[in-house]
Amino acid sequence: MSGAVEGTPIGRRVVLGLAGLGGAMVAAGPWISRWLGDVAGELSKHDATGLTALIPGAGWRYYTVTSGFPYEPPAKYRLTVTGNVDHELTLTTSDLRDLPRAKVTRDFQCVTGWRVPNVHWEGVRLSTLLDRAGVQPGQQAVRFTSYDGTYTESLTLAQARRADVLVVDTLDGRPIGRAHGGPVRMLVAPMYGYKSCKWLSSIEVTERLVPGYWEGFGYDQNAWVGRSNGRDDAPT
Amino acid sequence: MPRPDSGPRPDSGLLHRFSPGERWVHRSTALLVGVLTLTGAALYVPSLALLVGRRTTVEAAHVVAGLLLPLPTLIGLATSAWLRADVQALNRMTHTDWVWLRRRDRRAAGLPVGKFNGGQKLAASVIAGAGVVLFGTGLLLLAPARVSIPDSVRQGATITHDLFTFGLLFLLAGHLWLAYRHPEARAALRTGLVDREYAEREHPAWAGQVR
Repeated sequence: MSGAVEGTPIGRRVVLGLAGLGGAMVAAGPWISRWLGDVAGELSKHDATGLTALIPGAGWRYYTVTSGFPYEPPAKYRLTVTGNVDHELTLTTSDLRDLPRAKVTRDFQCVTGWRVPNVHWEGVRLSTLLDRAGVQPGQQAVRFTSYDGTYTESLTLAQARRADVLVVDTLDGRPIGRAHGGPVRMLVAPMYGYKSCKWLSSIEVTERLVPGYWEGFGYDQNAWVGRSNGRDDAPT
Repeated sequence: MPRPDSGPRPDSGLLHRFSPGERWVHRSTALLVGVLTLTGAALYVPSLALLVGRRTTVEAAHVVAGLLLPLPTLIGLATSAWLRADVQALNRMTHTDWVWLRRRDRRAAGLPVGKFNGGQKLAASVIAGAGVVLFGTGLLLLAPARVSIPDSVRQGATITHDLFTFGLLFLLAGHLWLAYRHPEARAALRTGLVDREYAEREHPAWAGQVR
């Protein structure tokens, strides 16, 4: 074929150039992410379509480990506090509203990298529920179960009693919707998002700590933001 | 250029454009890209993620399709002289190709375009480059949380993978649009044969050589 050596090898240069650009972008990733996050944050204030959520590094991502997103109508919802407690509790959404309320405002950080700044949560401290149920002596941990039927999480009792660990029903002033894990979910504010079990169905006091769903895939049990999972995010 | 034994008669209205091997490479790659696009969307777009769920299954499908992606091309390069010749042709931009890109009347100007025009060559190169970047960053993202690659690298790989995907989607949209506009080109990838008149119009230098 006579034309085979004709012309300049632009194709090879384009491929190598793009590979180089990709490498540079990986190296500059944190800066690009921050910049895109800022831009998306600004844009989303004027965005009625929700399309800004598609900008890489912007806003919430909704994860579920089962097929589809579970849903329990708030009227039918029940939260049980069980395990090694003096009296088991079964709570409705209005029971939760009548208990002493607590608020936390923190950045929400996912272990995959995205972060939503200044999220306002409202609900009941987990320690309040544990005190009402009465934790029996010698117990070390608390286990959370999701009504998706698959997801679980757990904390040590000391972690569970922190003031910034809440059973929440309100997100940014509104009832927590289905995608966000409503009507009731956990908020473990100082830890990565996977600790904040969505679609919360039961809280079980256990003698020993039972590792949760993602811990089974190698994620850290003590998931402090910035001090676990090999990440160095600013603590929340 | 090598020619399969079962070629059309020289005087027929069809020219041999792609070998069966090349068509297999195109088809398998297209299938994998389709799987990657759908599963990627189900992982990335919030409303789709809501609809589909099953994140671990979708993720596994995305990873498997991604790991398989280079295979058809590599197998093709190893076994098909046709594909090797075409890659060589795509690599080289001739003077005609630059003129073709610059002129607005490019398709009517009677330029001596070879087997591929300048647009096809540049698009092929950019798609190949983006594919390399997506494959590389995808490998980085495969590293489980307990493997200590620096956090900044993980974040960089994520954002690069996302941005290159967006860029590539624009190119693929253009690719599909042009395929839609050129049924003869679609037929060539389906059957290996292209309409002679079409080839003489769009790729006269190549059509003149094949005969």
